[in-house]
Amino acid sequence: MMESIKDKVAIVGMGCTRFGERWDMGVEDLIVEAAYEAFQDACVEPKDIQAAWIGTVFSGLSAMALAPLGLQYIPVTRVENMCATGAEALRAASYAIAAGVCDIALAIGVEKLKDSGQTGVAGAGVVGDNPDGSSAIVSGYSAPASFAYLGNRYFHQYNIDRDEGKRLLAEIAVKNHYNGSLNPKAHFHNILTVDQVTKAPIVAWPLGLFDCCGVSDGGAAAIVVRADLAKNFRSDPVYVKGLGISAGARQGSMRQDYDYVHIDENVFASRLAYSEAGIKDPRREISVAEVHDCFTCHELIIYEDMGFSPRGKAKEDIDGGTFTLKGALPVNTDGGLKCFGHPLGASGLRMMYEVYLQLQGKAGPRQVKNPRLGLTHNMGGTPGAGIGCCAIVGNEKG
Amino acid sequence: MIGITSVGVYIPLYRLSRQDIGKIWGIGSGQGEKAVAGYDEDVVTMAVGAAMDCMKKSKTMPKGLYFASTSAPYTEKQIAAIIAGAIDLDEECHTADFSNSLRAGTSAMKSAIDAVKGGSVENALVVASDCRIGAPKGIFEQTLGDGAVALSIGSGDLIASIEGSYSICSDFTDLWRFSGDAFVRSGEARFLDEAGYIPTMQESISKLMKKCSFEPADFYKAVFYAHDDRTHANMAKKLGFVNAQIQNPMFAKIGNTGTASTLIMLAAALEEAKPGDRILFANYGDGCDAFILRVMQKTSQIGTASIVADQIARKVNIDYGRYLYWRDLLPTEASSRPDRPAASLAARWRERKTISALYGYKCRRCGTPQLHPLGQVARVCIMCQAKDDFEYYRFSDKTGKLFTYAVDQLQPTRNPPGINGVVDFNGGGRFICELTDCSIDNVKIGMPVEMTFRKMSQDKGIVNYFWKAKPIV
Repeated sequence: MMESIKDKVAIVGMGCTRFGERWDMGVEDLIVEAAYEAFQDACVEPKDIQAAWIGTVFSGLSAMALAPLGLQYIPVTRVENMCATGAEALRAASYAIAAGVCDIALAIGVEKLKDSGQTGVAGAGVVGDNPDGSSAIVSGYSAPASFAYLGNRYFHQYNIDRDEGKRLLAEIAVKNHYNGSLNPKAHFHNILTVDQVTKAPIVAWPLGLFDCCGVSDGGAAAIVVRADLAKNFRSDPVYVKGLGISAGARQGSMRQDYDYVHIDENVFASRLAYSEAGIKDPRREISVAEVHDCFTCHELIIYEDMGFSPRGKAKEDIDGGTFTLKGALPVNTDGGLKCFGHPLGASGLRMMYEVYLQLQGKAGPRQVKNPRLGLTHNMGGTPGAGIGCCAIVGNEKG
Repeated sequence: MIGITSVGVYIPLYRLSRQDIGKIWGIGSGQGEKAVAGYDEDVVTMAVGAAMDCMKKSKTMPKGLYFASTSAPYTEKQIAAIIAGAIDLDEECHTADFSNSLRAGTSAMKSAIDAVKGGSVENALVVASDCRIGAPKGIFEQTLGDGAVALSIGSGDLIASIEGSYSICSDFTDLWRFSGDAFVRSGEARFLDEAGYIPTMQESISKLMKKCSFEPADFYKAVFYAHDDRTHANMAKKLGFVNAQIQNPMFAKIGNTGTASTLIMLAAALEEAKPGDRILFANYGDGCDAFILRVMQKTSQIGTASIVADQIARKVNIDYGRYLYWRDLLPTEASSRPDRPAASLAARWRERKTISALYGYKCRRCGTPQLHPLGQVARVCIMCQAKDDFEYYRFSDKTGKLFTYAVDQLQPTRNPPGINGVVDFNGGGRFICELTDCSIDNVKIGMPVEMTFRKMSQDKGIVNYFWKAKPIV
């Protein structure tokens, strides 16, 4: 009989570097900085770590990616799930703890994007290219373009005109930038107005410059332990309540029944996590959520994919302030990918870092009131061809 | 009887005004404009466009494909075979390239006529396509245009029969490009006319008329090559035809399209001719090929009327900077974004049916057409998970509708911004691809599109061709 992961694993320490254009730091520095903050937070020594998972997309191959920590011959695995890589590292470490094969494990995610000298992240390949043995018949379009498909279709389907659509997306960017301005570790600290966002240069209509997340360097780490040992490390551990992941098989880019106003992988991942955590009404039960706002139009549909807003009704919640710091369900309290930045392999763990702080009441000016359950949502790939990851954590063992 | 059974043309969408060229250089300019192949077009893609247009109106599958050009992207690798793959001809189709002379189009046509006459093929498609580059500031920059034409040669259901032909060859150096030359070179203009063009054309045409016992008055139209309007008008006078008999060379509209030029004029003449009309047709270049054609039926009875006029009328003007950039005539600042990666020869070969003719699969069990975005050979159905139960299904000849789109300012393209679409094919199947010949002002959800063969990228001497969608006008 399949069991839920609920309350089998706890997070007892976390670390996260400042995200941004870290010209001064190599991938090694980012790994050491994130991991040692987590070690200190959990009051453990590097020698206490029994197994480790490192997630990175471009910044290292194999277990050797973790070599900068100098761990002594323990099991190490490098994982990769595109932009959902960080969530995957945490998931792998949690399952190992739940399986009882180790008591203390490290999950770490890192990405050094700003050494490439290029703007943004490399786009998809073209026909006949052969990076991994298969030839891609795609158009070389950028990541913003692959999410612009969502925005354009969403506006069409729900009859939202261009100006109104732009404004709606801008509200999301403004919210996330405000939250990020309260966060010293965020890539950006500038507060934006709706007008600034809507008038910014267009990258891929309807997405302008401020609708796109920061391309950043950074790392984040978590120490996970058996839940029954958690209080030995700290008085306020955070318990894993549910872990959902769903991988598409590119159905959406081949099947006419995919509507481009939701992402199946998001929906399946969240339903799986909710079912493990025993959540029936996410809108009411979740206290704080960190979601994959790589582009504002993605955050818009995530509200609906996660079940926070009914289909087609996210607009009402945006206008009602539901997802702001003072709203009923604050989303991306740390600034999100939008403002905190998006070092691909680190982001899933960075989201957890914020939820962890919130559940411990340590989020400072961003602190939400009496949080009980937090959600992270991390997505890899593109609409129509993605990987959805969703984690639920709580501050009480149930 | 042997003759032309179907005609197709391809005039690219873009035009460059001669005045704009003159203004840039502070020199005089001719009238009108020239047709310019798009940033993602070359002689191969234009040839595929013309061949597809020709085949739309023909019921028979070509058994031969003869391609003519002086500006093919490869000097060693057959273009006809690329075209045959893209238009989905049988591998037993006899293919050959004709090159090195402006007369290559009619050389290909004559070979096709002879092959059909000799019985080695039942019918053959002749495709001529050119995209010659004139050196910036020179006269050829203004006169040369881009375009392609396709004629199907066969023995039944003719549009026009070939009543006679006559050819001469001549080692006369008037226009040339030495191996490695980017731009067309030429001798002194009056020498070209007086020693080469005029006597060669006059001799061939008069000998052919004499051989077949015709006078100029017997012809509905005289269709003949010229370098430009001036030489064309001059030759018309010398041959003894009245103005109404002279086929407009369309230089002011599209320019001189090289090997395709006279054949495009012939296509235009055939569109307006009536059954029983005779056409004199003469092409020039290192000699002359002259033909007498008799019109058997109107082209409009076979396909749509006036394709040439329609394609000439449909246009978008570009500026000189864009022209330089598209033809790569000026070094420009490198993009801060990664360029498109190079092609894998092995992957291209493995996936050739998808890449060449945009084949996907149709599931035998659930009937769903599917085009896998990785070009991977589909083994498992995306709808019903049936394994290895597919038949091939061609998408390049299907139309579709735009489900959603993305205009991308970051995409590596010579015509930014990149426009991309999710295309739902009529009859089933979805495909994410680039849109071309489409402006950001008119791209919209629900827009009908068709597929077009284009150049995606070029690296290490290999052109990466694939399919894009374009709006149906």
